Amino acid sequence: MSFISNLLNGISLGSIYALIALGYTMVYGIAKMLNFAHGDIIMVGGYAAFITMAATWCPLWLAMLITVAVCTVLGVVIEKVAYRPLRSAPPLAVLITAIGVSYLLQNIALLTQSANPRTFTSIAAGAPPFLQVFEGKGAVFFADNPYADEGLKPILTISMETFLAIAVSVIIMVALILFINKTKAGKAMLACSEDRGAAQLMGINVNGTISLTFAIGSALAAVAAVLMCSAYPQISPYTGSMPGIKAFVAAVFGGIGSIPGAMIGGVLLGVIEILAKFYISSQLSDAIVFLVLIVVLIVRPTGIMGKKINEKV
Amino acid sequence: MKNLFKRTAAAAAAAVMAMSLAGCNNAGTSSTASDNYGGTGSGDIAGTTSGNGGKLVIGGIGPITGGAAIYGTNVKNGMQLAIDEINAAGGVNGMTLEMNFQDDEHDPEKSVTAYNNLKDKDMKLLIGTVTSGPCEAVSKEATKDNMFMITPSGSSVNAITSGDNCFRMCFNDPQQGKLEADFIAEKLSSKTKVGIIFDSSDSYSTGIKDGFKEEAAAKGLEVVVEEGFTSDSNKDFSAQIQKMVDNNIDVLFLPIYYTETALILQQAENKLDVPVVGGDGLDGLIGVLKDKVALADGVYALTPYSATASDEKSVKFTEAYKAKFPDADDPIQFAADAYDCVYAVKAAIEKADIKDANISSSELCDKLKAAMTQIEYAGVTGDSKWSADGEVTKNPRVMQIKVTDGKGSLVDL
Repeated sequence: MSFISNLLNGISLGSIYALIALGYTMVYGIAKMLNFAHGDIIMVGGYAAFITMAATWCPLWLAMLITVAVCTVLGVVIEKVAYRPLRSAPPLAVLITAIGVSYLLQNIALLTQSANPRTFTSIAAGAPPFLQVFEGKGAVFFADNPYADEGLKPILTISMETFLAIAVSVIIMVALILFINKTKAGKAMLACSEDRGAAQLMGINVNGTISLTFAIGSALAAVAAVLMCSAYPQISPYTGSMPGIKAFVAAVFGGIGSIPGAMIGGVLLGVIEILAKFYISSQLSDAIVFLVLIVVLIVRPTGIMGKKINEKV
Repeated sequence: MKNLFKRTAAAAAAAVMAMSLAGCNNAGTSSTASDNYGGTGSGDIAGTTSGNGGKLVIGGIGPITGGAAIYGTNVKNGMQLAIDEINAAGGVNGMTLEMNFQDDEHDPEKSVTAYNNLKDKDMKLLIGTVTSGPCEAVSKEATKDNMFMITPSGSSVNAITSGDNCFRMCFNDPQQGKLEADFIAEKLSSKTKVGIIFDSSDSYSTGIKDGFKEEAAAKGLEVVVEEGFTSDSNKDFSAQIQKMVDNNIDVLFLPIYYTETALILQQAENKLDVPVVGGDGLDGLIGVLKDKVALADGVYALTPYSATASDEKSVKFTEAYKAKFPDADDPIQFAADAYDCVYAVKAAIEKADIKDANISSSELCDKLKAAMTQIEYAGVTGDSKWSADGEVTKNPRVMQIKVTDGKGSLVDL
């Protein structure tokens, strides 16, 4: 049972990586830049959710709405102020700017929220676990332990947070794929990612499309923030940086620019991390994760789902 | 449409700027406010009554920005509180104390830069540095210069081994681990199967763990699971907790900071039901868990001070701190250690009978290091004595978190 438990924990962690990786991979695919501030947008989203959820006048749905709105506006503003003026600059300059924005956000959070970590109240607080399995009694969904009086403990528990993380990521990924392939705006994104110059010649508003990409990526960051802070209920000004980097790795792992790739990369990364921690060594788990990444990149340089680009002469 | 977009973007940018400026302003005014307090409130008294000895500059170094900022901020505030109290009471031997605190962002290189900077600003002795890594770097420089230093909280063994000019207010790491193993063996004697989760990327955590394991073997405790994590993967502990469950441990030892401890307790809820014993940093657990504080009920912590402790000295210090820094979070043990450092230095200055602040830092160091081994100082963090190697001797204090009516506090056993 501990294997299944580990596997589910890994998928839950991986789903969060995947949600963050979706933001990375979309922005990379369309704007061809690495938005290293993405992790810090998650941090801002976490604080927005933390503050609105603590306010008594604010119901949960409104808190979520405000969080998504804050992140979306932030993402668009950052793009407009920091990245757009550098559209024709060398990629390195944009990369450095992104790192600068990341530090700016961290330090603003440090000044306004202090370095003290805060305990986040899960959005599923008070809800019973999604699933509990008891030895010889079968499974119980959406209920508190019915055998608590007999002193029976579940041999497998899937918390509501784990379930939400997995379910929400799957829904969002499907919605995103439909949006990109079925809507006009989505097709404009595809066009921009293939050839920005040609897209512009065809009358596509490239700047608007990139803004939209940032808006969607940042809205996803808000969702990831709420799920991450619910599963790992703590928030500090540095909350976003490490998951941001891991998610970036997940995006490369799955093939940067590819949406199903980000999803697969994220989940695989989470599962490998947890299984490595449990079965090999808790201290070496990151080393093992990155070793797998290196091997994958040697075998498939464009990542698992990455497209092969044939250079035409 | 485009114009509207531009205008909103500009407005938002202005808002961001204003926000960051406001942040700066806040920080600026609060620090000037406390400077003013120290300057006018105490300087005048010293100036009119007994200011003949001059101003003795005490340097302080620690992280007040960055990930470890909470420790540096507490130390800075604790020092400020003690220095202002001393100055308001007429200073030390006719000298007024002045604090100059520099930020090192928990970075050894920046810490050495801050140290050199302080030397240029006429620092006569150093209280610091706050964190172990930078402390190791700075203590080497201080030994070269024969500059007296006492670290409130740099607990790695090597933080004060560079020379006889270095002293320490807290226990060192292996010492702490040993004391905790003794505690489990003696007070929780039925619990012999120990599980450890430690931070393998942190010398503090590793140091305590090593000291603990050595003593545990001698005391008949069995360490059945020893799991690590690194600062890069310190959010998800599900795999480590699963191992503890599979191995049926009796007691969980967490020689780590409260940030991760809070996460472990939340993730272990309903899965692992054993007593938890933690290191000296766990007094922050109550503050960080807030309304989930019930999870911390029963946790043991080896800590010399807690803001919720009810003994007379702790209460007095906590009240004075809160009155002076009403906007700050509750003080943690680092503030108390720093506060004690200032008073210990005061006691040593009085013992050595130093009256002139123009004394050279090297001469001051020679006198202070002799005096330090002779004084006994009863502080917030306990009755302390020092040996010539700079290590402190005081009674270990194991406290337990008790939660009543949703409010947590640390109580003595």
